Amino acid sequence: MNSDLKREIIFDNYKEPMNKGLVEDESYLKANTKSDSCIDNLDFMMKIEDGIVKDIRFDGEACAISTSAASIMIRSFIGKSVEEVKNILENYVAMIEEKEYNSELLGELNVYDEISKQPNRKNCALLPMQAVEKMLNSLK
Amino acid sequence: MNREDFPILNNGKIYFDNAATTLKPKCVIDAMDKYYLEYTSNIHRGDYDSAVITNKLYDNVRNIVSEFINCDANTVIYTSGATHSLNMVVFGFMRYFLKPGDEVLLNKAEHASNILPWIKLQEEIPFTIKYIPLNEDYSLTLDNIKKCVTLKTKVVSLAMISNVIGDLRDIKSIGEYCHQNNIIFNVDGAQGIPHMKFDFKDSNVDFLSFSGHKMCGPTGVGILVGKYELLEKMKPIMYGGGMNSFFEEDNSYELKSIPTRFEAGTPAIAEVIGLGEAIKYLMNIGMDNIHKQEINLKKYFLEKVKDINNIIVYNKNINSGIIAFNIDGVFAQDTSMYLNHYGIAVRAGNHCAKMLKDEMNIKNTVRISMYFYNSFEEIDKLIEVLKNSKDIFKVVL
Ligand SMILES: Cc1ncc(COP(=O)(O)O)c(C=O)c1O
Repeated sequence: MNSDLKREIIFDNYKEPMNKGLVEDESYLKANTKSDSCIDNLDFMMKIEDGIVKDIRFDGEACAISTSAASIMIRSFIGKSVEEVKNILENYVAMIEEKEYNSELLGELNVYDEISKQPNRKNCALLPMQAVEKMLNSLK
Repeated sequence: MNREDFPILNNGKIYFDNAATTLKPKCVIDAMDKYYLEYTSNIHRGDYDSAVITNKLYDNVRNIVSEFINCDANTVIYTSGATHSLNMVVFGFMRYFLKPGDEVLLNKAEHASNILPWIKLQEEIPFTIKYIPLNEDYSLTLDNIKKCVTLKTKVVSLAMISNVIGDLRDIKSIGEYCHQNNIIFNVDGAQGIPHMKFDFKDSNVDFLSFSGHKMCGPTGVGILVGKYELLEKMKPIMYGGGMNSFFEEDNSYELKSIPTRFEAGTPAIAEVIGLGEAIKYLMNIGMDNIHKQEINLKKYFLEKVKDINNIIVYNKNINSGIIAFNIDGVFAQDTSMYLNHYGIAVRAGNHCAKMLKDEMNIKNTVRISMYFYNSFEEIDKLIEVLKNSKDIFKVVL
Protein backbone atom coordinates (compact mmCIF):
# COMPACT_ATOMS: atom_id res chain seq x y z
CA MET A 1 0.00 0.00 0.00
CA ASN A 2 1.46 3.41 -0.85
CA SER A 3 1.46 6.09 1.77
CA ASP A 4 -1.12 8.30 0.05
CA LEU A 5 -3.60 5.46 0.08
CA LYS A 6 -2.83 4.66 3.70
CA ARG A 7 -3.31 8.28 4.66
CA GLU A 8 -6.60 8.39 2.81
CA ILE A 9 -7.94 5.30 4.56
CA ILE A 10 -6.86 6.61 7.95
CA PHE A 11 -8.32 10.03 7.27
CA ASP A 12 -11.67 8.67 6.05
CA ASN A 13 -11.98 6.49 9.12
CA TYR A 14 -11.14 9.45 11.34
CA LYS A 15 -13.63 11.78 9.72
CA GLU A 16 -16.42 9.23 9.52
CA PRO A 17 -15.63 6.49 11.97
CA MET A 18 -17.58 3.26 11.95
CA ASN A 19 -19.99 2.71 14.86
CA LYS A 20 -19.17 5.86 16.81
CA GLY A 21 -21.73 6.37 19.53
CA LEU A 22 -22.69 3.98 22.31
CA VAL A 23 -26.01 2.26 22.89
CA GLU A 24 -27.85 1.39 26.09
CA ASP A 25 -27.63 -2.37 26.16
CA GLU A 26 -26.65 -4.51 29.11
CA SER A 27 -25.70 -7.47 26.93
CA TYR A 28 -22.53 -5.68 25.74
CA LEU A 29 -19.11 -5.97 27.33
CA LYS A 30 -17.57 -2.60 28.19
CA ALA A 31 -14.10 -1.08 28.55
CA ASN A 32 -12.47 2.33 28.73
CA THR A 33 -9.02 3.25 27.45
CA LYS A 34 -8.18 6.23 29.63
CA SER A 35 -4.46 6.22 30.16
CA ASP A 36 -1.98 8.43 31.85
CA SER A 37 0.53 8.49 29.05
CA CYS A 38 -1.86 9.97 26.55
CA ILE A 39 -4.98 12.08 26.56
CA ASP A 40 -7.14 9.84 24.41
CA ASN A 41 -10.22 8.74 26.25
CA LEU A 42 -12.43 6.23 24.45
CA ASP A 43 -15.22 3.99 25.69
CA PHE A 44 -15.79 0.71 23.91
CA MET A 45 -18.60 -1.83 23.97
CA MET A 46 -18.76 -5.21 22.32
CA LYS A 47 -21.48 -7.80 21.82
CA ILE A 48 -20.51 -11.43 21.48
CA GLU A 49 -23.05 -14.16 20.65
CA ASP A 50 -22.23 -17.83 20.18
CA GLY A 51 -18.54 -17.05 20.01
CA ILE A 52 -19.03 -14.50 17.23
CA VAL A 53 -18.43 -10.76 17.52
CA LYS A 54 -21.79 -9.27 16.60
CA ASP A 55 -21.10 -5.63 17.27
CA ILE A 56 -18.45 -3.23 18.57
CA ARG A 57 -19.16 0.44 19.24
CA PHE A 58 -17.08 3.27 20.67
CA ASP A 59 -17.25 6.89 21.68
CA GLY A 60 -15.07 9.58 23.24
CA GLU A 61 -12.34 12.04 22.40
CA ALA A 62 -9.16 10.90 20.79
CA CYS A 63 -6.57 11.74 18.18
CA ALA A 64 -6.77 10.86 14.50
CA ILE A 65 -4.70 7.71 14.86
CA SER A 66 -6.63 6.07 17.68
CA THR A 67 -10.01 7.15 16.33
CA SER A 68 -9.26 5.75 12.90
CA ALA A 69 -7.71 2.62 14.39
CA ALA A 70 -10.89 2.06 16.39
CA SER A 71 -12.98 2.40 13.25
CA ILE A 72 -10.85 0.11 11.09
CA MET A 73 -10.59 -2.40 13.89
CA ILE A 74 -14.36 -2.48 14.32
CA ARG A 75 -14.82 -2.97 10.59
CA SER A 76 -12.47 -5.92 10.59
CA PHE A 77 -13.70 -7.60 13.79
CA ILE A 78 -17.45 -7.65 13.32
CA GLY A 79 -18.62 -11.06 12.12
CA LYS A 80 -15.40 -12.81 13.14
CA SER A 81 -15.14 -15.47 15.82
CA VAL A 82 -13.49 -14.69 19.13
CA GLU A 83 -10.61 -16.94 18.13
CA GLU A 84 -10.09 -15.12 14.83
CA VAL A 85 -10.24 -11.78 16.62
CA LYS A 86 -7.61 -12.89 19.11
CA ASN A 87 -5.37 -13.99 16.29
CA ILE A 88 -5.69 -10.69 14.42
CA LEU A 89 -5.16 -8.80 17.63
CA GLU A 90 -1.94 -10.66 18.37
CA ASN A 91 -0.58 -10.06 14.89
CA TYR A 92 -1.56 -6.42 14.94
CA VAL A 93 0.22 -5.82 18.23
CA ALA A 94 3.27 -7.62 16.86
CA MET A 95 3.22 -5.32 13.82
CA ILE A 96 3.08 -2.19 15.96
CA GLU A 97 5.80 -3.52 18.24
CA GLU A 98 7.97 -4.28 15.18
CA LYS A 99 7.95 -8.03 15.72
CA GLU A 100 7.19 -10.77 13.24
CA TYR A 101 3.58 -10.89 12.09
CA ASN A 102 1.37 -12.19 9.34
CA SER A 103 0.21 -9.22 7.30
CA GLU A 104 -2.29 -11.30 5.36
CA LEU A 105 -4.45 -11.56 8.45
CA LEU A 106 -4.61 -7.82 8.99
CA GLY A 107 -6.34 -6.49 5.89
CA GLU A 108 -6.96 -2.75 6.18
CA LEU A 109 -5.22 -2.67 9.56
CA ASN A 110 -2.00 -2.84 7.54
CA VAL A 111 -2.28 0.93 7.10
CA TYR A 112 -0.48 1.28 10.44
CA ASP A 113 2.50 -0.84 9.43
CA GLU A 114 4.83 2.14 9.54
CA ILE A 115 3.54 3.73 12.70
CA SER A 116 6.53 2.42 14.63
CA LYS A 117 8.56 5.07 12.86
CA GLN A 118 6.73 7.53 15.12
CA PRO A 119 7.21 5.96 18.54
CA ASN A 120 5.01 8.58 20.20
CA ARG A 121 2.05 7.37 18.12
CA LYS A 122 2.38 3.64 18.78
CA ASN A 123 0.29 3.92 21.88
CA CYS A 124 -2.49 5.63 19.92
CA ALA A 125 -2.59 2.80 17.40
CA LEU A 126 -2.71 0.20 20.17
CA LEU A 127 -5.39 1.79 22.30
CA PRO A 128 -8.52 0.35 20.64
CA MET A 129 -6.96 -3.13 20.60
CA GLN A 130 -6.21 -2.89 24.30
CA ALA A 131 -9.88 -2.17 24.94
CA VAL A 132 -10.93 -5.24 22.98
CA GLU A 133 -8.35 -7.31 24.80
CA LYS A 134 -9.72 -6.09 28.13
CA MET A 135 -13.24 -7.05 27.13
CA LEU A 136 -12.18 -10.47 25.88
CA ASN A 137 -10.28 -11.09 29.10
CA SER A 138 -13.37 -10.26 31.10
CA LEU A 139 -15.12 -13.18 29.38
CA LYS A 140 -13.08 -15.75 31.26
CA MET B 1 16.48 37.53 25.57
CA ASN B 2 19.52 35.77 27.10
CA ARG B 3 19.23 32.95 24.58
CA GLU B 4 23.00 32.55 24.49
CA ASP B 5 22.92 31.29 28.09
CA PHE B 6 21.05 28.12 27.07
CA PRO B 7 23.23 25.56 25.27
CA ILE B 8 20.21 23.44 24.34
CA LEU B 9 18.80 26.24 22.17
CA ASN B 10 21.57 25.54 19.67
CA ASN B 11 19.56 22.51 18.54
CA GLY B 12 17.35 24.78 16.48
CA LYS B 13 14.16 23.52 18.10
CA ILE B 14 11.46 25.75 19.48
CA TYR B 15 10.49 25.09 23.06
CA PHE B 16 7.07 26.34 24.16
CA ASP B 17 6.42 23.93 27.02
CA ASN B 18 7.89 25.97 29.82
CA ALA B 19 4.99 25.40 32.17
CA ALA B 20 5.96 21.71 32.19
CA THR B 21 9.63 22.40 32.78
CA THR B 22 12.06 25.06 31.66
CA LEU B 23 15.40 24.82 29.91
CA LYS B 24 18.56 25.12 31.98
CA PRO B 25 21.20 27.81 31.54
CA LYS B 26 24.86 26.79 31.43
CA CYS B 27 25.63 28.40 34.78
CA VAL B 28 23.20 26.05 36.54
CA ILE B 29 24.59 22.97 34.81
CA ASP B 30 28.12 24.13 35.63
CA ALA B 31 27.34 24.68 39.31
CA MET B 32 26.03 21.13 39.59
CA ASP B 33 28.91 19.67 37.58
CA LYS B 34 31.33 21.44 39.87
CA TYR B 35 29.83 19.74 42.90
CA TYR B 36 30.17 16.36 41.21
CA LEU B 37 33.62 17.01 39.73
CA GLU B 38 35.34 18.93 42.51
CA TYR B 39 33.82 18.52 45.97
CA THR B 40 31.33 15.65 46.13
CA SER B 41 30.50 15.03 49.78
CA ASN B 42 27.50 14.71 52.02
CA ILE B 43 26.20 17.57 54.14
CA HIS B 44 26.07 18.01 57.91
CA ARG B 45 28.59 15.37 58.92
CA GLY B 46 32.04 15.89 57.41
CA ASP B 47 35.11 17.61 58.83
CA TYR B 48 37.12 17.51 55.64
CA ASP B 49 37.55 20.38 53.21
CA SER B 50 35.15 19.33 50.49
CA ALA B 51 32.39 18.71 53.03
CA VAL B 52 32.88 22.18 54.41
CA ILE B 53 32.53 23.68 50.94
CA THR B 54 29.44 21.60 50.21
CA ASN B 55 27.81 22.53 53.49
CA LYS B 56 28.38 26.19 52.93
CA LEU B 57 27.03 26.17 49.37
CA TYR B 58 24.06 24.06 50.35
CA ASP B 59 23.07 26.16 53.36
CA ASN B 60 23.57 29.39 51.51
CA VAL B 61 20.75 28.58 49.12
CA ARG B 62 18.33 29.38 51.95
CA ASN B 63 19.76 32.91 51.96
CA ILE B 64 19.40 33.14 48.21
CA VAL B 65 15.73 32.08 48.43
CA SER B 66 15.17 34.51 51.27
CA GLU B 67 16.52 37.38 49.19
CA PHE B 68 14.56 36.23 46.14
CA ILE B 69 11.11 36.22 47.72
CA ASN B 70 11.73 38.21 50.91
CA CYS B 71 11.27 35.61 53.62
CA ASP B 72 13.37 34.53 56.59
CA ALA B 73 16.07 32.03 55.62
CA ASN B 74 15.16 29.73 58.52
CA THR B 75 11.65 29.29 57.09
CA VAL B 76 12.96 27.89 53.79
CA ILE B 77 12.56 24.11 53.54
CA TYR B 78 14.17 22.12 50.75
CA THR B 79 11.81 19.58 49.19
CA SER B 80 11.81 17.47 46.04
CA GLY B 81 9.41 19.83 44.28
CA ALA B 82 6.10 21.62 44.55
CA THR B 83 4.23 18.32 44.85
CA HIS B 84 6.31 17.34 47.84
CA SER B 85 5.91 20.79 49.38
CA LEU B 86 2.13 20.74 48.99
CA ASN B 87 1.95 17.25 50.48
CA MET B 88 3.99 18.43 53.46
CA VAL B 89 1.49 21.20 54.09
CA VAL B 90 -1.49 18.86 53.86
CA PHE B 91 -0.10 15.82 55.69
CA GLY B 92 2.29 17.62 58.05
CA PHE B 93 0.20 20.59 59.02
CA MET B 94 -3.44 20.26 57.95
CA ARG B 95 -3.74 16.73 59.32
CA TYR B 96 -3.31 18.18 62.82
CA PHE B 97 -5.11 21.45 62.19
CA LEU B 98 -8.37 20.56 60.43
CA LYS B 99 -11.37 19.37 62.40
CA PRO B 100 -14.49 17.56 61.21
CA GLY B 101 -16.86 20.06 59.60
CA ASP B 102 -14.16 22.58 58.68
CA GLU B 103 -14.17 23.88 55.12
CA VAL B 104 -11.26 24.02 52.69
CA LEU B 105 -11.70 26.14 49.57
CA LEU B 106 -10.10 24.90 46.36
CA ASN B 107 -11.09 25.40 42.71
CA LYS B 108 -11.29 23.15 39.69
CA ALA B 109 -8.45 24.83 37.81
CA GLU B 110 -5.89 23.61 40.35
CA HIS B 111 -3.15 21.14 39.54
CA ALA B 112 -3.60 17.56 40.81
CA SER B 113 -1.00 18.23 43.50
CA ASN B 114 -3.25 20.83 45.10
CA ILE B 115 -6.38 18.68 45.00
CA LEU B 116 -5.56 15.02 45.47
CA PRO B 117 -3.71 15.41 48.81
CA TRP B 118 -6.81 17.16 50.17
CA ILE B 119 -9.11 14.42 48.89
CA LYS B 120 -6.85 11.86 50.53
CA LEU B 121 -6.76 13.67 53.87
CA GLN B 122 -10.50 13.99 53.75
CA GLU B 123 -10.72 10.20 53.92
CA GLU B 124 -9.17 10.57 57.37
CA ILE B 125 -10.78 13.75 58.66
CA PRO B 126 -14.32 14.54 57.56
CA PHE B 127 -13.77 18.16 56.59
CA THR B 128 -15.47 19.62 53.51
CA ILE B 129 -13.77 20.54 50.25
CA LYS B 130 -15.57 23.35 48.43
CA TYR B 131 -14.67 24.33 44.88
CA ILE B 132 -14.77 28.08 44.38
CA PRO B 133 -16.71 28.78 41.15
CA LEU B 134 -14.61 30.35 38.42
CA ASN B 135 -15.62 33.37 36.34
CA GLU B 136 -16.77 33.05 32.77
CA ASP B 137 -13.20 33.46 31.55
CA TYR B 138 -12.09 30.76 34.05
CA SER B 139 -10.35 33.34 36.22
CA LEU B 140 -10.65 33.46 39.97
CA THR B 141 -10.90 36.67 41.97
CA LEU B 142 -11.27 37.68 45.58
CA ASP B 143 -15.00 38.21 44.99
CA ASN B 144 -15.46 34.56 44.03
CA ILE B 145 -13.71 33.57 47.24
CA LYS B 146 -15.73 35.92 49.43
CA LYS B 147 -18.94 34.38 48.16
CA CYS B 148 -17.81 30.94 49.34
CA VAL B 149 -16.35 31.79 52.72
CA THR B 150 -18.39 30.82 55.78
CA LEU B 151 -17.57 30.75 59.48
CA LYS B 152 -16.35 27.20 58.95
CA THR B 153 -13.79 28.14 56.29
CA LYS B 154 -10.34 27.38 57.63
CA VAL B 155 -8.18 27.21 54.51
CA VAL B 156 -7.97 28.74 51.06
CA SER B 157 -5.53 26.87 48.83
CA LEU B 158 -4.82 27.98 45.28
CA ALA B 159 -2.17 28.52 42.63
CA MET B 160 -0.64 31.93 42.04
CA ILE B 161 -0.96 31.27 38.32
CA SER B 162 -3.05 28.35 37.07
CA ASN B 163 -1.19 26.00 34.78
CA VAL B 164 -4.07 25.57 32.31
CA ILE B 165 -5.53 29.02 31.92
CA GLY B 166 -2.52 30.96 33.14
CA ASP B 167 -4.61 33.49 35.04
CA LEU B 168 -2.75 35.37 37.69
CA ARG B 169 -4.60 35.47 41.00
CA ASP B 170 -4.39 38.58 43.15
CA ILE B 171 -2.40 36.95 45.92
CA LYS B 172 -1.92 40.10 47.93
CA SER B 173 -5.57 41.04 48.34
CA ILE B 174 -6.65 37.42 48.83
CA GLY B 175 -3.94 37.09 51.48
CA GLU B 176 -5.11 40.20 53.26
CA TYR B 177 -8.69 38.98 53.27
CA CYS B 178 -7.72 35.53 54.55
CA HIS B 179 -5.60 37.06 57.26
CA GLN B 180 -8.45 39.28 58.45
CA ASN B 181 -10.75 36.29 58.56
CA ASN B 182 -8.37 33.90 60.27
CA ILE B 183 -8.11 31.67 57.24
CA ILE B 184 -4.88 29.86 56.39
CA PHE B 185 -3.76 30.85 52.90
CA ASN B 186 -1.81 28.12 51.13
CA VAL B 187 -0.29 29.11 47.79
CA ASP B 188 1.00 26.88 45.01
CA GLY B 189 3.67 29.02 43.40
CA ALA B 190 4.85 26.42 40.86
CA GLN B 191 3.71 28.57 37.92
CA GLY B 192 3.94 31.94 39.62
CA ILE B 193 7.32 32.20 41.32
CA PRO B 194 9.32 31.50 38.12
CA HIS B 195 7.63 34.30 36.24
CA MET B 196 7.20 37.32 38.49
CA LYS B 197 8.37 39.20 41.49
CA PHE B 198 6.90 37.99 44.74
CA ASP B 199 7.22 39.24 48.31
CA PHE B 200 6.39 36.61 50.90
CA LYS B 201 6.39 38.90 53.92
CA ASP B 202 4.26 41.50 52.23
CA SER B 203 1.67 39.01 51.03
CA ASN B 204 0.03 37.37 54.06
CA VAL B 205 0.67 33.99 52.49
CA ASP B 206 1.00 31.27 55.12
CA PHE B 207 2.60 28.53 53.03
CA LEU B 208 4.23 28.82 49.62
CA SER B 209 5.35 25.89 47.45
CA PHE B 210 7.37 25.88 44.25
CA SER B 211 9.62 23.71 42.06
CA GLY B 212 13.16 24.35 40.90
CA HIS B 213 12.80 22.80 37.47
CA LYS B 214 10.16 25.30 36.34
CA MET B 215 12.53 28.21 36.96
CA CYS B 216 15.73 27.26 35.16
CA GLY B 217 16.80 24.97 37.99
CA PRO B 218 17.28 21.21 38.06
CA THR B 219 14.58 18.57 38.58
CA GLY B 220 14.22 16.92 41.97
CA VAL B 221 14.32 20.02 44.11
CA GLY B 222 11.72 22.48 45.32
CA ILE B 223 10.95 24.81 48.16
CA LEU B 224 8.38 25.13 50.89
CA VAL B 225 8.27 28.41 52.77
CA GLY B 226 5.98 28.88 55.73
CA LYS B 227 5.36 31.39 58.47
CA TYR B 228 7.60 30.40 61.34
CA GLU B 229 4.79 30.07 63.87
CA LEU B 230 3.01 27.63 61.56
CA LEU B 231 6.15 25.64 60.84
CA GLU B 232 6.45 25.19 64.60
CA LYS B 233 3.13 23.36 64.51
CA MET B 234 3.93 21.37 61.37
CA LYS B 235 5.18 17.79 61.77
CA PRO B 236 7.69 16.10 59.49
CA ILE B 237 6.16 13.56 57.13
CA MET B 238 9.50 11.74 56.90
CA TYR B 239 11.78 10.60 59.73
CA GLY B 240 15.40 9.49 59.63
CA GLY B 241 18.92 10.84 59.56
CA GLY B 242 19.80 14.50 59.48
CA MET B 243 16.58 15.62 61.15
CA ASN B 244 16.97 14.28 64.71
CA SER B 245 19.10 15.46 67.64
CA PHE B 246 18.94 12.10 69.42
CA PHE B 247 16.88 8.95 69.85
CA GLU B 248 17.14 6.38 72.64
CA GLU B 249 16.21 2.83 73.50
CA ASP B 250 13.32 4.05 75.62
CA ASN B 251 11.74 5.45 72.42
CA SER B 252 12.50 9.02 73.34
CA TYR B 253 13.77 11.26 70.59
CA GLU B 254 14.24 14.90 69.80
CA LEU B 255 14.00 16.57 66.44
CA LYS B 256 16.37 19.22 65.15
CA SER B 257 15.20 22.77 64.78
CA ILE B 258 13.28 24.26 61.89
CA PRO B 259 13.83 23.89 58.94
CA THR B 260 16.24 20.90 59.23
CA ARG B 261 13.70 18.69 60.96
CA PHE B 262 11.69 18.61 57.75
CA GLU B 263 14.61 17.38 55.66
CA ALA B 264 15.17 13.73 56.58
CA GLY B 265 17.80 11.78 54.67
CA THR B 266 20.46 12.86 52.22
CA PRO B 267 18.89 15.61 50.19
CA ALA B 268 19.35 16.47 46.52
CA ILE B 269 22.57 18.34 47.22
CA ALA B 270 23.66 19.06 43.66
CA GLU B 271 20.13 20.12 42.82
CA VAL B 272 19.83 22.50 45.76
CA ILE B 273 23.10 24.10 44.70
CA GLY B 274 21.81 24.25 41.12
CA LEU B 275 18.59 25.87 42.26
CA GLY B 276 20.54 28.52 44.14
CA GLU B 277 22.44 29.29 40.96
CA ALA B 278 19.19 29.43 38.96
CA ILE B 279 17.65 31.92 41.38
CA LYS B 280 20.73 34.14 41.25
CA TYR B 281 20.55 33.95 37.48
CA LEU B 282 16.88 34.99 37.43
CA MET B 283 17.46 37.83 39.91
CA ASN B 284 20.25 39.06 37.72
CA ILE B 285 17.93 39.33 34.73
CA GLY B 286 15.25 40.81 36.95
CA MET B 287 11.85 39.25 37.57
CA ASP B 288 10.07 42.33 36.26
CA ASN B 289 11.99 42.08 32.99
CA ILE B 290 11.13 38.41 32.74
CA HIS B 291 7.43 39.04 33.26
CA LYS B 292 7.41 41.94 30.82
CA GLN B 293 9.08 39.88 28.11
CA GLU B 294 6.59 37.03 28.49
CA ILE B 295 3.66 39.43 28.26
CA ASN B 296 5.15 41.05 25.17
CA LEU B 297 5.61 37.67 23.54
CA LYS B 298 2.06 36.72 24.35
CA LYS B 299 0.66 39.98 22.98
CA TYR B 300 2.68 39.50 19.82
CA PHE B 301 1.26 36.02 19.37
CA LEU B 302 -2.32 37.18 19.95
CA GLU B 303 -1.91 40.01 17.46
CA LYS B 304 -0.60 37.65 14.80
CA VAL B 305 -3.02 34.81 15.45
CA LYS B 306 -6.00 37.11 14.88
CA ASP B 307 -5.57 36.66 11.14
CA ILE B 308 -5.90 32.89 11.29
CA ASN B 309 -9.59 32.21 11.52
CA ASN B 310 -9.59 28.55 12.54
CA ILE B 311 -7.59 29.08 15.72
CA ILE B 312 -9.61 29.39 18.93
CA VAL B 313 -7.75 30.99 21.84
CA TYR B 314 -9.42 30.35 25.22
CA ASN B 315 -7.56 32.79 27.46
CA LYS B 316 -6.86 36.00 25.56
CA ASN B 317 -7.08 38.37 28.48
CA ILE B 318 -4.89 36.83 31.09
CA ASN B 319 -1.71 38.27 32.43
CA SER B 320 0.87 35.55 31.90
CA GLY B 321 2.76 33.75 29.16
CA ILE B 322 0.37 30.82 28.95
CA ILE B 323 -1.85 30.43 25.89
CA ALA B 324 -4.52 27.74 25.60
CA PHE B 325 -5.89 27.14 22.12
CA ASN B 326 -7.22 24.64 19.61
CA ILE B 327 -7.33 24.45 15.86
CA ASP B 328 -11.03 24.30 15.12
CA GLY B 329 -12.13 20.69 14.69
CA VAL B 330 -8.71 19.20 15.42
CA PHE B 331 -7.96 17.09 18.48
CA ALA B 332 -5.33 18.78 20.66
CA GLN B 333 -2.91 15.88 20.44
CA ASP B 334 -2.99 15.91 16.66
CA THR B 335 -2.08 19.58 16.77
CA SER B 336 0.85 18.97 19.09
CA MET B 337 2.06 16.14 16.85
CA TYR B 338 1.76 18.46 13.88
CA LEU B 339 3.79 21.18 15.58
CA ASN B 340 6.36 18.63 16.67
CA HIS B 341 6.89 17.82 13.01
CA TYR B 342 8.25 21.36 12.64
CA GLY B 343 10.37 21.15 15.76
CA ILE B 344 7.93 23.07 17.94
CA ALA B 345 7.32 21.63 21.40
CA VAL B 346 3.94 22.36 22.96
CA ARG B 347 1.66 20.37 25.22
CA ALA B 348 -1.74 18.88 24.55
CA GLY B 349 -4.07 17.74 27.26
CA ASN B 350 -5.90 18.72 30.35
CA HIS B 351 -2.63 19.65 32.05
CA CYS B 352 -3.21 17.71 35.26
CA ALA B 353 -6.31 19.76 36.02
CA LYS B 354 -8.71 16.98 35.20
CA MET B 355 -11.69 18.59 36.86
CA LEU B 356 -11.52 21.70 34.75
CA LYS B 357 -13.07 19.90 31.82
CA ASP B 358 -16.47 20.07 33.56
CA GLU B 359 -16.10 23.79 33.80
CA MET B 360 -14.76 24.47 30.33
CA ASN B 361 -16.82 22.23 28.04
CA ILE B 362 -13.66 21.45 26.16
CA LYS B 363 -11.72 18.53 27.45
CA ASN B 364 -8.34 19.18 25.96
CA THR B 365 -6.37 22.16 24.76
CA VAL B 366 -3.02 22.85 23.22
CA ARG B 367 -0.91 24.88 25.59
CA ILE B 368 1.91 27.22 24.68
CA SER B 369 3.83 28.47 27.68
CA MET B 370 6.54 31.08 27.21
CA TYR B 371 9.64 31.95 29.12
CA PHE B 372 11.93 34.93 28.69
CA TYR B 373 14.27 33.13 26.28
CA ASN B 374 11.51 32.58 23.74
CA SER B 375 11.75 34.98 20.82
CA PHE B 376 9.49 36.88 18.46
CA GLU B 377 11.07 34.92 15.60
CA GLU B 378 9.96 31.68 17.22
CA ILE B 379 6.42 33.00 17.38
CA ASP B 380 6.61 33.98 13.70
CA LYS B 381 7.56 30.41 12.90
CA LEU B 382 4.72 29.05 15.01
CA ILE B 383 2.23 31.36 13.32
CA GLU B 384 3.52 30.30 9.92
CA VAL B 385 3.00 26.64 10.76
CA LEU B 386 -0.46 27.29 12.20
CA LYS B 387 -1.42 29.20 9.06
CA ASN B 388 -0.68 26.12 7.00
CA SER B 389 -2.63 23.84 9.26
CA LYS B 390 -5.14 22.94 6.59
CA ASP B 391 -2.50 20.37 5.62
CA ILE B 392 -2.34 19.03 9.14
CA PHE B 393 -3.49 15.51 8.33
CA LYS B 394 -1.02 15.21 5.48
CA VAL B 395 1.63 15.77 8.11
CA VAL B 396 0.39 13.83 11.10
CA LEU B 397 -0.92 10.77 9.27
C1 LIG C 1 0.30 24.81 39.13
C2 LIG C 1 1.19 23.64 39.42
N1 LIG C 1 1.28 23.19 40.67
C3 LIG C 1 2.07 22.16 41.00
C4 LIG C 1 2.82 21.50 40.05
C5 LIG C 1 3.65 20.33 40.47
O1 LIG C 1 4.98 20.56 40.30
P1 LIG C 1 6.04 19.38 40.38
O2 LIG C 1 5.60 18.34 39.40
O3 LIG C 1 7.33 20.00 40.02
O4 LIG C 1 6.03 18.87 41.79
C6 LIG C 1 2.75 21.94 38.73
C7 LIG C 1 3.53 21.23 37.68
O5 LIG C 1 3.10 21.00 36.59
C8 LIG C 1 1.93 23.04 38.40
O6 LIG C 1 1.83 23.48 37.15
